[in-house]
Amino acid sequence: MSLAQFLPRKGAITTLNVGYKRGETVLAWAMVSPWVAGFLLLTAFPMVASLALSFFRWDILSPPKWVGLANYVKLFTIDPLPMHALKITVLFSLASIPLNIVFGLAIAMLLNTNIRGLAVFRTIYYLPAILSGVAVAILWQWIFSSDFGLLNTALRIFGIEGPAWLGSKIWVLPAFVIMRLWSVGGGMVIYLAGLQAIPTDLYEAAEIDGANWWQRIFRITLPMLSPTIFFQLITGVIFTMQIFTETFIMTDGGPANASLFYLLYLYRQAFQNFKMGYASALAWVFFVAILLLTLILFATARFWVYYEAESDEDN
Amino acid sequence: MSSKGVSLSARQIFSKIIVYLLLGFGSIIILLPLQWMISTSLKPLSHIFRFPPEFLPQKVVWSNYPDALTQLPFDIYFGNTVFIVIMCLLGEVLVSSVVAYAFSRLRWRGRNALFIVVLATMMLPRQVTLIPEFIIFKELGMIDTFWPLILPSWFGNPFYIFLLRQYFLTHSRELDQAAVIDGCSRFGVFWRITLPMSKPVLAAVAIFSFQFHWNDFFRPLIFLFSEENYTLALGLRFFQGTYGTEWNSLMAVSLVVMLPLIIVFFFTQKYFIQGVVFTGYK
Repeated sequence: MSLAQFLPRKGAITTLNVGYKRGETVLAWAMVSPWVAGFLLLTAFPMVASLALSFFRWDILSPPKWVGLANYVKLFTIDPLPMHALKITVLFSLASIPLNIVFGLAIAMLLNTNIRGLAVFRTIYYLPAILSGVAVAILWQWIFSSDFGLLNTALRIFGIEGPAWLGSKIWVLPAFVIMRLWSVGGGMVIYLAGLQAIPTDLYEAAEIDGANWWQRIFRITLPMLSPTIFFQLITGVIFTMQIFTETFIMTDGGPANASLFYLLYLYRQAFQNFKMGYASALAWVFFVAILLLTLILFATARFWVYYEAESDEDN
Repeated sequence: MSSKGVSLSARQIFSKIIVYLLLGFGSIIILLPLQWMISTSLKPLSHIFRFPPEFLPQKVVWSNYPDALTQLPFDIYFGNTVFIVIMCLLGEVLVSSVVAYAFSRLRWRGRNALFIVVLATMMLPRQVTLIPEFIIFKELGMIDTFWPLILPSWFGNPFYIFLLRQYFLTHSRELDQAAVIDGCSRFGVFWRITLPMSKPVLAAVAIFSFQFHWNDFFRPLIFLFSEENYTLALGLRFFQGTYGTEWNSLMAVSLVVMLPLIIVFFFTQKYFIQGVVFTGYK
């Protein structure tokens, strides 16, 4: 930290001279007030309340009973399912997120080769990304049907007898990974825009210097795209860890809890068993787990995310 | 970049062919599940469990659609869903743009600090607030009504606030100042200048909001109980629970539920993709 950062920067001087106008400040607070109210009522207060609740036993009907750390002790040592659920949720994310990034990038790079019909291909690849929820889950449940499903029928063409997918303890997680790959187009569109924004003179200069295709990818394309990839990685962790609808509809956590993702377990504790205190502890552990994962990713960012010097003007 | 007139070398032609083959193959894989869905939805039940399965229906049964859709009151679920989606969409577009305006076009103390809080809530997994939220709505007597689904949208959505703010920041400040000098109020600037200039991003927010609430399953599952309050997502799950292996009916209903999204997507693709790009690429 240096003193310089507390001094007004060049661009800020006008602001200082003029100061904040009172009318503008009042109007601004009036305009942001819905969000502030929502933040206090539906985010800040519930967060504190759920932390407090996690130290109680409460079934909604009878008054809450203080149990200290008992919920957390149960969560980490007595009940084997929360850590199992967290483990498979992380495993699933570790497979799903990188695969989606790699395929998304690969398709974007193919589309960025000056081809005809770009708009048509982009529409096709993007289409599944807008679909989600119950209808998609039911569709994939049918696709994974072991005898009459699309996937095993297609595999049989190549002489492969596919597994039971959703009925198999081993193959149920890969099945979910495959299903999520269908919506790879969501990230693809973003990478494509990023690729199109890379100045072509960078490639021309590299070509003159004799860089081959691999070198151009690893020395220009990926470094230039790294902020975009990083953003996708962060949002990917938060989004992927929260998988719920698919497992609720397709497997209900089975077989033998092999697809018991964390939120499904939380949902059962809170809204089927009405253990609101225990479920609040589960929610907080989940929140901290996601926060830790995100912080670890942020810590790695300086080793591989490349920001252009001028980009600190953003925001 | 070689111009069109210059003839391509054999190697370039070869790599072009490979690119088209890969993209074509990928497109087939992407579209196959939808083809499979349509095909299944038109088969008679007896043909569904035929081995080996048919890729195209040998016999087309259009009546699967009316038959399946009249098993449950899907018209009521459709009405509920449309009502909830429109109310959420209105709230999210209106409130988020008002909030985003203050975060981008007005100067006030605490603006940046507060905006960091907005960004932080974007990253928050909603489950951590869910249980107290459920209890708040229960205390308010709003469980099994549409209120818990609609009300939060009228406090603005951090993701859309962020998106709109980024867009508003690209407008020139001179225009605002000129309007103020001409006697336009600050709110007038927002309503008459900023909003009309932001149609593409407002469209993107509206489409995202529509897509999210149309697909949403988790919150309706938690807050709605009576069948007459069901959304399409809940109705579809209820249908699945009742007609579990009638895959032709299930595919027909699922397709009908997806259809509005697909139609909206085809008509608004431009805004959709612009919006996605605007959020992810920065």
